[in-house]
Amino acid sequence: MDLQTLTYLVVGATFALYIGIAIWARAGTTGEFYAAGRGVHPVTNGMATAADWMSAASFISMAGLIAFVGYDNSTFLMGWTGGYVLLAMLLAPYLRKFGKFTVPEFIGDRFYSPTARFVAVVCLIVASLTYVIGQMTGVGVAFSRFLNVRADVGLFIGAAIVFAYAVLGGMKGITYTQVAQYCVLILAYTIPAIFISLQLTGAAFPQIGLFSNTLADGIPLLTKLNEVIGDLGFASYTGHHSNTLNMVLFTLSLMIGTAGLPHVIIRFFTVPKVADARWSAGWALVFIALLYTVAPAVGAMARLNLVDTIQIGEVGSPEGNLAYDDRPDWFKNWETTGLLTFEDKNGDGRIQYYNDASQSFATKAEEFGWKGNELDVNRDILVLANPEIAQLPNWVIALVAAGGLAAALSTAAGLLLAISSAVSHDLIKGAYNPNISEKGELLAARISMAVAIGVATYLGLNPPGFAAQTVALAFGLAAASIFPALMMGIFVKRINNKGAVAGMLSGLIFTIVYIFWYKGWLFIPGTNFAPDTPDAWVFGISPLSIGSVGAILNFAVAYFVSNATEEPPEEIQQLVESIRIPRGAGAATGH
Amino acid sequence: MDNDKESGIAYWKANLSLVKWSLVIWAIVSFGFGIVLRPLLSGIKIGGTDLGFWFAQQGSIYVFLILIFFYAWRMNALDKKFGVDEE
Repeated sequence: MDLQTLTYLVVGATFALYIGIAIWARAGTTGEFYAAGRGVHPVTNGMATAADWMSAASFISMAGLIAFVGYDNSTFLMGWTGGYVLLAMLLAPYLRKFGKFTVPEFIGDRFYSPTARFVAVVCLIVASLTYVIGQMTGVGVAFSRFLNVRADVGLFIGAAIVFAYAVLGGMKGITYTQVAQYCVLILAYTIPAIFISLQLTGAAFPQIGLFSNTLADGIPLLTKLNEVIGDLGFASYTGHHSNTLNMVLFTLSLMIGTAGLPHVIIRFFTVPKVADARWSAGWALVFIALLYTVAPAVGAMARLNLVDTIQIGEVGSPEGNLAYDDRPDWFKNWETTGLLTFEDKNGDGRIQYYNDASQSFATKAEEFGWKGNELDVNRDILVLANPEIAQLPNWVIALVAAGGLAAALSTAAGLLLAISSAVSHDLIKGAYNPNISEKGELLAARISMAVAIGVATYLGLNPPGFAAQTVALAFGLAAASIFPALMMGIFVKRINNKGAVAGMLSGLIFTIVYIFWYKGWLFIPGTNFAPDTPDAWVFGISPLSIGSVGAILNFAVAYFVSNATEEPPEEIQQLVESIRIPRGAGAATGH
Repeated sequence: MDNDKESGIAYWKANLSLVKWSLVIWAIVSFGFGIVLRPLLSGIKIGGTDLGFWFAQQGSIYVFLILIFFYAWRMNALDKKFGVDEE
C-alpha cells in the first residue's frame, strides 16, 4: 500500500476513535464538564495529563532544539519535567482539596478579592490563547505535509474534531480522548527512536543507545558526534557554551511556569482524592518521561544521521560531499515544504553543510572552495523526517503523522477547556451573573468552548507575527504571576488580599516589560529599547528566563505588603487550614 | 481540641520537612549536577561524555520520578498516622 493511502487510513482511524469517545463520554453536569465528575483514576489522569502537557512543541520541536544545540538545551528536558515535582508537592494535592473548578477561583477565594481573580483570569487567557496558536498551526503543518491537504483545510478538520469532543464532553470527553491520544503519540515517538537506536548502536532502548558505542566503528556515539560536527566547524555537542546563570534561570522559569500553567493544574481536579492527586502527578511524569528521556537520543542520533547523509567522505575532499542529484527521497519531500532548502553557493553541484559562522573554520572552508553553508534545515522537521531518514517502513511514517496530530490536538483541547471554564465559571458565573442555574452554566460553558475554538482557529489561520515568541510570554506569565500566588496561598497564611494583588501585578509587569524591552512592545518589530542579544541583557539573563526573576519579585512584594497591612480574616485562615488536610476532599466531588 | 491542634501542627511540620528535603535533592540533581556542578563531575566518564551531561539529559528526570513517588508514599502514610486521610 502506498504511503499516502496508509497515512489517510491511520490518521482516519485515530480520528474515528476520538469521535467515538466523544459520543460515549458526553457531559451531563457542570461537574462533569469542568472536572469529569472527579471520578478519573490517578493512572488514567496521569496519562491524560501527559498528553495535555506534551504539545506540538514537545513532539515536533524538542528533539530538534536539542539536536542543533546539544547540551545547552538540556534546559528544556529538566525544565519541562522538574515542574511536576513542584506540582506534586506544592500545588496539586491542595488545589484538589480546595475542590473548586478553576485556578482563578482559588486565587479569588483565598485572597477574598475579585481583583485577584480577575488578574488571574487575564493571565490565564493570555497564556493559554498564545499557547493554543502553536497547536493550531502545528495541526495545519502536519496535514499539509502528510495528507497533501491545504494547511487551512487541515486546520478546519482538526478544529472540527476538537469541537466534537470538547463541546459535547467537556473535561470528561477531553480526558478520555487524551488517553487515546497519549497512546498514539508515544507509539509514534518511540517506535522510530527504537529502530534508529538499533541501527546506530544496537541498543533497543534509545536512553541507553545515547551513551553506547556506534556499531559502525565502535566509538561512543557522543564522541563520534562531537568529532563529525567539530570537523565541520560546529561547536561540540556535549560542551557547555552558554551563560551558566541564564541556563539556571531559564530552567527554573520553565519549571515554575509548567507548575503554574492552568490547563495542567485543572487536570488534577478530576481525581477522587487528595492522595490520588499526589500519585497522579507521579504517573503523569512517568508517561512524560517516556518521551522526554527518548528525545535527547532522537536529537543526537538524527544529527549524526543528517551529517552522515550529507558528508559522505572526508571533509574537504571533492567527493566528500553528497551530490545534489543523488539526494535521497526524504530530502526531496521536505524541499517541497520549504522547510529544507539547498542553495549551491559555490556551483559544484554538491551539498556543503557546515558552520559558516565559525571564524576559525573560515580559512579551511576557503581552502576547500566552499562559499558558505548551502543547506538550511528547519529544526522542526527532524522528528517528522526521522523515520524517512532512517528508511523505516511506511506504516511508521503514517504513525508519526498521526502522533504529531494527537500531540497538537490533545494540548489544544486542554488549553481550550482552561479558557472556556475561566469565561463561563469565573467571568459569567463568578462576576456577571452569580445566580445562573446549573443548566444555564453548562450551556454557557459549551458556548464559551465553541467561541474559544473559533478564536483559536482564526488565530491559527492568521497567526500574529509574534506567534513564535509567545511561548516566552505564556511561561513568563504563569511563572511570575500564577505560580507564586498559588504557592503562597497554600503555604503562607499571612498573605492577604493586598499583598497577593501587589505581588501578582509587580511580578507580571516586571516580566512583561523585560520581555517587551528586548523583543518589542507587543512584539512589534522595531519598538524594542535594546537589541535582543546576550551582550545587551542584564547579567546575560534572556527575556525567556526572566519569569523566574519575576516570580521572586512577586514573592518578595507579596510578603512585605502583607506584613505591613492587616492579617487575613479568620475564615480565610480556616480555609487555608482546611486545604492543608486531605480529609473531606471526597465530599467536594459535586461542586 | 488542643490535641487536635497540636497534631495538626505536627502533621504540617512533617509535611514541610519532607517537601524541603525533596526540593533540596530536586535542585541538586538538576541545577547542581546538571549545570553548575558539572565541571566537578567531569572526571566521571559515561558513554562518550561525563556524568553531568547524563544528569542533564537523563538522570535528573529519573530522580524527579523517584522523588514524586517517594513523596506520595510518605505523605499518604503521614495522612494515616495523623488521622487526616480519606476513607
